[in-house]
Amino acid sequence: MHELAITQGILDLVAEHAAAAGAARVTAIDIVVGEMSGFLPDSIQFYWDELSEGTVARGATLRFRRVPLRLACADCGSLFPPGDGRFDCSACGSPRVRVAQGRELRVESIDVEETA
Amino acid sequence: MSQRVPVVEKITKANDRIAALNRALLDSHGVFGLNLLASPGAGKTSLIEATLPRLRGRLRVGVVEGDLATSLDAERAAAAGAPPVQLTPRGACHLDAAMVHDALPRLPLAELDLLIVENVGNLICPASFALGTHADVLVASTPEGDDKPYKYPSMYGRVDALVINKIDLLPHLDFDMERFRRGVAVLSPDAVAFPLSCRTGEGLDAWIAWLAARTRPKRGAG
Repeated sequence: MHELAITQGILDLVAEHAAAAGAARVTAIDIVVGEMSGFLPDSIQFYWDELSEGTVARGATLRFRRVPLRLACADCGSLFPPGDGRFDCSACGSPRVRVAQGRELRVESIDVEETA
Repeated sequence: MSQRVPVVEKITKANDRIAALNRALLDSHGVFGLNLLASPGAGKTSLIEATLPRLRGRLRVGVVEGDLATSLDAERAAAAGAPPVQLTPRGACHLDAAMVHDALPRLPLAELDLLIVENVGNLICPASFALGTHADVLVASTPEGDDKPYKYPSMYGRVDALVINKIDLLPHLDFDMERFRRGVAVLSPDAVAFPLSCRTGEGLDAWIAWLAARTRPKRGAG
C-alpha cells in the first residue's frame, strides 16, 4: 500500500524533470531501489500503470536497478550480505560492521522525446 | 529521437519537502517532535500513558494519534493528560508528512514543549516517510523476539532511540538481549536504547531523563 505513495512520488519527479527538459513524452525511467528501502518493484509497476495514465509518462517503461543490502566489515574490509538472522562478518566473524549499501531509493534518469 | 535526462533525486522528495516545513514550524515554536514507531501491540500507547504523568509539571506535551486503533488510544492519551489531535488515516499503513502538516495547526504549538506523534502500528511502511519530527523512537517489545532488527532492517535502520518494552516478561521468554542489541547497533549505530516496562515502571526513569534533556521547556509548565 505504501508503494502507492512512492509511485506518485516517482510520477511527480518525472513530470517535473520532463517539463524542465521540454519533453513531450517520457519513454523510460531508471529507478534505483535499495533492498532496505522496503519497496517492491512489482507493486510500484502495478500502481504505475494506473497513475501514469493521461500523463506525459504514460506507458513509460520502468527500469529497476535493485541494490541488495550489503554490510561492510570494519576489521577485515569484507563486503558481504547479511546472514540468516545475523550481521556478523561472514569472513572474520567481527560484529563491527555497518550498512554499506541498500538504502537507495531514487530516480536516476529519464528517457524523453522532444516531440510527440 | 530519444534523449536521456539525468534526475538523481530521492523519490521521497515531495514528502521530505513537507517534512522540512513541519520541522521549521516545530522549531519556530521551540517544540521537540517525536515520531513513535512500533508494530501493533508493542506498547506505543502504553508508553505515552506512562510518560505523560511523569512529565506533568515539567513539560507540556501534545499528542497526534495516527494509529488505526484510534478512538480507544485517544481516550487513553486524554486520560493521561494530553488531549490528542486525532488523525484517522483510514486504510493507510503509515503517516506521511502531509498528514502531520494538516494536524499541526490544530495543536496549541505555542503552549507545547514536546509533541508525540503516534504512527500507525507497522514495522514496514512508516519507515519510508519522514514526518519532520526531531527523533524517530521505535518501541520494540520482548515478546516480538530478538530477531526483529534482522527481519526489518529498514525500520531498525532509522532509529534515534529504541524503547525495549515488556522487560518484565524476560524470565518467561527466550529473548536474547545481546543479539537484539547487536543487530540494532549495526543498523542504527547512534541509537540509544531504553529497556523498560511500561507495566511495572522499571527503566522508565532513564527514558524520561532522555526526553527531558532533549526538550527545553519554554516557560514554567503548568
